[in-house]
Amino acid sequence: MKTVLAAARADTEVNFGFWVYLMSDVIIFSMLFLVYVDLSQRYAGGPTASEVFELRGVFLETMALLFSSLTFGMAMVSLHQGHKSRVMAWLGATFVLGAFFLGHELSEFIKLVHEGASFTRSGFLSAYFGLVGTHGTHVFFGLIWVVVMVVQIQLHGLTAPIASRLARLSLFWHFLDLVWICVFSTVYLPGVMQ
Amino acid sequence: MFGKLTLEAFSHDSLIIVFANVVMIGAGLLVVGLVTYYRQWGYLYREWFTTVDHKKIGVMYIIIALIFLLRGFIDASMVRAQQATAGPGMDGYLHAGHFAELFTGHGTMMIFFMAMPFLVGLMNIAIPLQIGARDVSYPLLNAISLWLTAAAGALVMISLLIGQFSEAGWSGYTPFSGLEASPSSGVDYWIWALQISGISTTLTGINFLVTILKKRAPGMGFMRMPMFTWTALCTNILMVLAFPALTAALALLALDRSVGTHFFTGTMGGDQMMYINMFWVWGHPEVYILVLPAFGVFSEVTATYCNKRLFGYTSMVWATMAIAFLSFTVWVHHFFTMGQDPLRNAAFGIATMIIAIPTGVKIYDWMWTMFRGRIEFKLPMLWLIGFLITFTMGGMSGVLLAIPGADFKMHNSLFLVAHFHNVLIPGTMFGLLAGFYYWFPKSFGFTLDEKWGRRSFWGWLIGFYVAFVPLYMLGIMGMPRRMVTYDNPAWQIWLIIAAIGAIIVAYGIFSMFMQIYVSVRDREKNRDLSGDPWGGRTLEWSIASPPPEYNFAVIPEVRDRDAFMEMKVNDTAYLRPERYEDIHMPRSTPIAIVIAGLAFFFGFAFVWHIWWLAGLCLAGIVGSVIARSFNTDTEFVIPAEEVERTEDAFHRQLEADGAFERVKGLKHYGDERSPHAHLAEPVERGTPA
Repeated sequence: MKTVLAAARADTEVNFGFWVYLMSDVIIFSMLFLVYVDLSQRYAGGPTASEVFELRGVFLETMALLFSSLTFGMAMVSLHQGHKSRVMAWLGATFVLGAFFLGHELSEFIKLVHEGASFTRSGFLSAYFGLVGTHGTHVFFGLIWVVVMVVQIQLHGLTAPIASRLARLSLFWHFLDLVWICVFSTVYLPGVMQ
Repeated sequence: MFGKLTLEAFSHDSLIIVFANVVMIGAGLLVVGLVTYYRQWGYLYREWFTTVDHKKIGVMYIIIALIFLLRGFIDASMVRAQQATAGPGMDGYLHAGHFAELFTGHGTMMIFFMAMPFLVGLMNIAIPLQIGARDVSYPLLNAISLWLTAAAGALVMISLLIGQFSEAGWSGYTPFSGLEASPSSGVDYWIWALQISGISTTLTGINFLVTILKKRAPGMGFMRMPMFTWTALCTNILMVLAFPALTAALALLALDRSVGTHFFTGTMGGDQMMYINMFWVWGHPEVYILVLPAFGVFSEVTATYCNKRLFGYTSMVWATMAIAFLSFTVWVHHFFTMGQDPLRNAAFGIATMIIAIPTGVKIYDWMWTMFRGRIEFKLPMLWLIGFLITFTMGGMSGVLLAIPGADFKMHNSLFLVAHFHNVLIPGTMFGLLAGFYYWFPKSFGFTLDEKWGRRSFWGWLIGFYVAFVPLYMLGIMGMPRRMVTYDNPAWQIWLIIAAIGAIIVAYGIFSMFMQIYVSVRDREKNRDLSGDPWGGRTLEWSIASPPPEYNFAVIPEVRDRDAFMEMKVNDTAYLRPERYEDIHMPRSTPIAIVIAGLAFFFGFAFVWHIWWLAGLCLAGIVGSVIARSFNTDTEFVIPAEEVERTEDAFHRQLEADGAFERVKGLKHYGDERSPHAHLAEPVERGTPA
């Protein structure tokens, strides 16, 4: 158990490297945020932000993602207590919430495309799909990662390498949450308040 | 089925390209044939292609760099030949599109596939050894980075055969790189070659940043790190922070071209200027990513060949960090003339000029290290002196260009071209070549031929001046860059002189390859038995050349900045432990080649819009990573007895070479062999062992 806990610490060499990777990802997101802010008023005669955003749906998906961070936190607590089945259950809950978030986002995208507000319509919509889509892609890979971890826990139990991977996935998942808060307050809130 | 890829992509109307293809395919077949004839595939696969050993990865990086040095140089010579023969009433031998491909290819290849792999190669060879580590933090990631660079380079190569390369310049400014102005496959090849190699560089940056921060031998605090490691640390921070900006810019440009978004288009709400901003947020720090490690090499080289401690180590460290920081504050100087207000221009102009201050500190530090040192005029010292003079000149023209008012006259002229070659050739190329000579014996166990090396140096140095001083003149005379023909008769003579300069540089490059050939031929004569051919000061010289797979049988304890010199003076060098222990090392694996191969086909599929193949490759990459995560058998053990045998052999070699006797003569390491060096810097002695 001691090695398992040690492996899950954030400052081990391998986890620190993953954190550095996240910092490089911050730069990518920063760029996309800048692009969005730059293009957010360039409607090119197409729909404006207040016309395409719907706060109620966005609120729901935001809640789902925030709660998935909480459930992931619970999975880490269970890991520290050494409860294999609880870790799996909390990861399952995280997956469901994340999948709900992604499904909701996808249906929003599809609706926009059907309404003629697709990414080719204007600079604003390109930037919107680019930023939100990049975040969504990250969530998608995060979900794959959660599935892989559940399978590995099933196969190997709570070993040190698995604890170490869960620590990184946890960093990744909370990071996505953080980015989403920035998306919410940069894209949706100013958009609907116009 | 094959997207936009049709048979037309294979046909070329230019005989030059057909000839180039024949040469490229011929050379490829020759290599394959020779390897098959000598039955070396198994050896290459086992020992090199699948390796995760940083020393071998470093060597392979430098091989990639040398191949692209040749290709990039051929492109440059063709540009020079065109401009020399394209005066008033003359057309030269190239049509405009081909000429544009050449200057785009030259810039792209020299930066991404020559300079970057070269410096990453040197880092791979030297850093883990300098910091007393067994390996980098993530050996497999290191191999993946290498093979991604190779895959990206392969995309550049294949563009010669299928389709074409970008005509939009190495910086790919929108809207010219957009779909409307550049509908062919060229820009897509450029995008994906840069994208894949850029991701490889980000991974390298993460890897070496963590390696340097976490894997230093006990006792090596930050202010005891060798200067090359310091500059590499700053470079890797820049890589991690700057390259993602390029990744984002290229991804958005690719979306504009492939799926019809409007990030950088001129219509429908896109912002062309945004691309240029994003590109230079990466592009300016990139200049320092290229130049800082070369500065590090020069620092190692001066200390070693002047037989003196590096002067002003602390100021050197701070100057390096200041340069790294400032590199992010100047990117707007790339578009002084594009319409922002004078205040902004002035602010970025001043920020740009300020970089000259820490750079000047470094120049003085190298000069003071030489002052009253006992200089051995080995090849790297020649590169250093050539660099000091030439680079200072280039820096001056940079300060001139940093004045927005002057830039209005000079921007986009050959003056600019002369300036950046004037900093990059001495600042990066000379440093890389000095490092190549310096660490070559560490990698291969024999030194490089000095005579051909000197010829190479003089070819490069004289060739540089003959080729680029005329470009300064032409820039002042008003000649814009990238002109396929021109009608001013006064320009031609200078362009002819510049072309002669290119021929002299060609002699320098030829001599470099001769140097390698002659050295390999005479390797028995130039064998480096002691592992310390130059009287080195840092840890990499304390072990055998080439080092064993595990680098250090016992992780050394560091008591001084010049860690190995301190050991030699205090008679603790080459000490042996009472007993050796088993060493765990990462196992070789083909997964890096698999992932990079898929990345190559992913890029190729994206260029030609073969969406099913792109999807398949992406799934393959993700699948490989997942499959790898299920593999628990990734290490092997080198047993203590084997370590002991290897170390015994090294010690017999040391004895035969008289290394122990040589070490005994050393009494001080602040000023050993140099009676007056104490005037240059106070001598510190490390804590005796």
